[in-house]
Amino acid sequence: MAVKLPIYMDNHATTPMDPRVLQAMLPYFTEKFGNAASRNHSFGWAGEEAVETARQQIASLINATPKEIIFTSGATESDNLMLKGVAEMYREKGNHIITQAIEHKAVLDTCKNLEKHGFEVTYLPVQRDGRVDPEDVRKAIRPSTILISIMYANNEIGVINPIAEIGKIAKEHGIFLAVDGVQAVGKIPVDVQKDNIDLLAISGHKIYGPKGVGALYVRRRNPRVQLAAIIDGGGHERGMRSGTLNVTGIVGLGKACEICQQEMPEETKRMLALRKRLKDGLEAKLDETFINGSLEHRLPNNLNMSFAYVEGESLLMGINDVAVSSGSACTSATLEPSYVLKALGVGEDLAHTSIRFGLGRFNTEEEVDYVIDKMVQVVTKLRELSPLYEMAKEGIDISKVKWQIA
Amino acid sequence: MAYSEKVVDHYNNPRNVGSLSKEDPNVGTGLVGAPECGDVMKLQMRINPETQVIEEAKFKTFGCGSAIASSSLATEWVKGKTVEEALAIKNTDIVRELSLPPVKIHCSVLAEDAIKAAIGNWKKKHGVEVPEHEKASH
Ligand SMILES: Cc1ncc(COP(=O)(O)O)c(C=O)c1O
Ligand code: FES
Repeated sequence: MAVKLPIYMDNHATTPMDPRVLQAMLPYFTEKFGNAASRNHSFGWAGEEAVETARQQIASLINATPKEIIFTSGATESDNLMLKGVAEMYREKGNHIITQAIEHKAVLDTCKNLEKHGFEVTYLPVQRDGRVDPEDVRKAIRPSTILISIMYANNEIGVINPIAEIGKIAKEHGIFLAVDGVQAVGKIPVDVQKDNIDLLAISGHKIYGPKGVGALYVRRRNPRVQLAAIIDGGGHERGMRSGTLNVTGIVGLGKACEICQQEMPEETKRMLALRKRLKDGLEAKLDETFINGSLEHRLPNNLNMSFAYVEGESLLMGINDVAVSSGSACTSATLEPSYVLKALGVGEDLAHTSIRFGLGRFNTEEEVDYVIDKMVQVVTKLRELSPLYEMAKEGIDISKVKWQIA
Repeated sequence: MAYSEKVVDHYNNPRNVGSLSKEDPNVGTGLVGAPECGDVMKLQMRINPETQVIEEAKFKTFGCGSAIASSSLATEWVKGKTVEEALAIKNTDIVRELSLPPVKIHCSVLAEDAIKAAIGNWKKKHGVEVPEHEKASH
């Protein structure tokens, strides 16, 4: 059976929009274009109503109340707002923040920025399986700690952190827990009550919604979290985020959350089956493949695998009708391999050979089979071309070779 | 990133892939780069000691498409050249031929180094001093 090429399997980077989301959004571009802040006419009311529906849909997905949802331009802004907003608001209380090594750059770079402004940040290491040890969090707490920021699931390796355990520790110590939920929300159950999450960043385009819209959950009770705004203006979103609301985007984000919630049980099963097919298919036909990070604690749609002796960019070049990504240095502008894999203790040699498969709602079994065949073909060809594979076959221990480098 | 047609061609049809016997006194082997850096090139040449002509060249490369293309091109270029002529090949020649973008220049440097390393190895086998400027620089 012929599959349609190219195949998109990079759903951690972004997802295609669900057609149902688009349908929900369309009227808000044209006839229902009102400014949600216009209080005096029906155009404004229609916009406001749509925004409130979306707030409800998002809140429902994460077990929050609608008033706790603030709209932003995306998760980068949500991450910035939750960190900078708390840091500035609670500065009197303390200046210490705990985060971890493999957060998204939106968190890490915000922390770097805060360090320049007098905050102290602890970057916890991760374990070999890519997870944060809750005990490490506990040990890092100081009297001056005001915020713990740990992502729910990682965008490269899909590994899920023990957020409920970390939430318990944070609550015991009266410290806020901020969570980058971008990859997890809509894919696995996230419950801000059960997990004791105080702030949660969400992005539209990772859950089959539109780009350029996101949300931030900000807890209002037990405890109430206050945020200093980072964008000043008309005082929208209860003063926490000024700017005319992106009604169409917000409608799309809400609809995307609603679909995720309704279809999660079924979709999870489908993703797990596709992933198993992909993993088993690759492992059956290729030796020396390694899964990066915990397989057990992993998003159902992620597979991050290293193919020893084959450099990632050359692999991507060979499977150019399949969209995936690699942790190889050669694919990055900086020529550094993935900091995520490095933090896991994956050797740099293997980091260069990693491929991230991000399955999504619209992938099919036929596509997975095509990807397996193509991967096997290209890996086999490139191994024939690889001096490292040849050396390994000759029984040479590559880690003991004295390489002639700059 | 889009690759140049020539890079794609070398990637799809790499020239002179393979290995020669390291033990052969007339074979020079150059192994440059490191797996940690994401690129390793092995370049081998069979050199006629009488004429100093490179009669055969083989490569294997672990690295990006540009690294594969650079080493594939290097084997093509050195074949039939004398040692002296092969040593005159500069990484910039490779960059020009393959239209490599700036971030891929180091892949061509590695290929130049591999040529020097292979010839250096052959010279050593024949008891010839390798002058400093002919040593692999990276
Ligand atoms: C874990 C994580 N956090 C934050 C972001 C940023 O989200 P956005 O693209 O909505 O700004 C991303 C997406 O790249 C992500 O994967
Ligand atoms: S081998 Fe890494 S960029 Fe070419």
